[in-house]
Amino acid sequence: MEIPKSFLGYKRENGRAGTRNHVIILPVDDISNACAEAVANNIKGTIALPHSYGRLQFGADLELHFRTMIGTGKNPNVAAVIVVGIEPKWTKRIVDAIASTGKPVEGFSIEGVGDIDTIAKVSKKAQEFSMWASEKQREECPMSDLWISVKCGESDTTSGLASNPTVGNLMDKLEPFGVHLCFGETSELTGAETVCEKRGKTPEAQAKFKKTWNDYNDFILKEATDDLSESQPTAGNIAGGLTTIEEKAFGNFQKIGGCQFIDVLEPAEEPTKGAGLYFMDTSSAAAECVTLQAAGGFNIHLFPTGQGNIIGNPIEPVIKLTANPLTAKTMSEHIDVDVSKILSREMNLSQAGDELIKSTLRVANGRLTCAEALGHKEFVMTKLYRSA
Amino acid sequence: MSNTDIIIHDEKDNVGVVVIEKITPDQDCNCWVMENDKSVSIQSKDEIPLGHKIAMTDLNEGDTILKYGHDIGKVVKNIKKGEHVHVHNVKTKKW
Repeated sequence: MEIPKSFLGYKRENGRAGTRNHVIILPVDDISNACAEAVANNIKGTIALPHSYGRLQFGADLELHFRTMIGTGKNPNVAAVIVVGIEPKWTKRIVDAIASTGKPVEGFSIEGVGDIDTIAKVSKKAQEFSMWASEKQREECPMSDLWISVKCGESDTTSGLASNPTVGNLMDKLEPFGVHLCFGETSELTGAETVCEKRGKTPEAQAKFKKTWNDYNDFILKEATDDLSESQPTAGNIAGGLTTIEEKAFGNFQKIGGCQFIDVLEPAEEPTKGAGLYFMDTSSAAAECVTLQAAGGFNIHLFPTGQGNIIGNPIEPVIKLTANPLTAKTMSEHIDVDVSKILSREMNLSQAGDELIKSTLRVANGRLTCAEALGHKEFVMTKLYRSA
Repeated sequence: MSNTDIIIHDEKDNVGVVVIEKITPDQDCNCWVMENDKSVSIQSKDEIPLGHKIAMTDLNEGDTILKYGHDIGKVVKNIKKGEHVHVHNVKTKKW
């Protein structure tokens, strides 16, 4: 298949391009969720991103909170942002960082005003942003404006046999076009960690990966009360035939095809070394991982599933594929791309990769994913440790 | 080409994955090795559902299970060729 050279995206002020055109109401903290949700209910064309944290966090955990908030606002799938927090200082820090992209952003704080008057003020600004954003048109953008993140979930052996290698095939084909690519799931590379480490393009990237994985493994060994049974692999994984974390890891690892990673990113960190594949240190929990990748600036997500994970994200469209013929049949409303014919050998990997590229471009051009149509908006902050 | 019942990732692997809805005891199964495009056959001893593994050879306690050509865990209970391989007879070497 000849791979198209462009897609239709929204060009942003900082030179990036979005596959979506969201106006978001971003609460800084848990107690500002009610205000953000009220505004999103008042003003059509806006979405609130409620979450559970943002109070009394400190150190690396607080920095990750800020990085996630700011990165979400900066993501090119977002046209304009309103930040609402209880206190002005943290609100302003997030607003100022998002403003560096040149996109419209305003901050409001609730303390001393109360919810009702804040909701009124924020709603007026949100209406202005929503109507402004509604005039944005899709324009032709080069393939290199696609930043593709990947993560698999509810995996089974069909993931490692077919749906993950299909994503790997897409990576192999799109990497030469200057696309940014990102995989994560530190814990789910356990068993394949030395093989993965060797995929680092430079000794620095390899060393950084090794340290990241070791740190995660030390943490797990310290906190685990047993062998992580029912967490890694999950009960769903086991029902699907996956026996050990090592088996799951080698299946997971198929998603990067033959690509080498050029750098290792902190959770929610934006890549700065140009086009190519990055590894991001993330949890393997689906919503946490995709939230971090979206905050890193990725604008379209590929999600292979075996037993049928149903995740979506509020700002980054999540395309699901499966090679499990039963899942494709019983959960068809969640599956964007069915590659189960690989198992019956009616389709080869390259054909499946081509199908996935076509579907990815349709979604990049505006087609709703199953998760978007079904209203999945999982926005889940990663918390490193308890608050002060 | 006859239908494929089982797919084996790598020539070195000692397990294969069932890719039809299920295989039944004493079924003669066609296996396809992805790495070298070879075909082999095996007779099953157990009922094994889609996505689950079958032993391609006799395995003894302490042996290593190879899939993708890599170590994915250890045998904790002897397994006969054609039997179901899963959490009841294989465990991780990690954690």
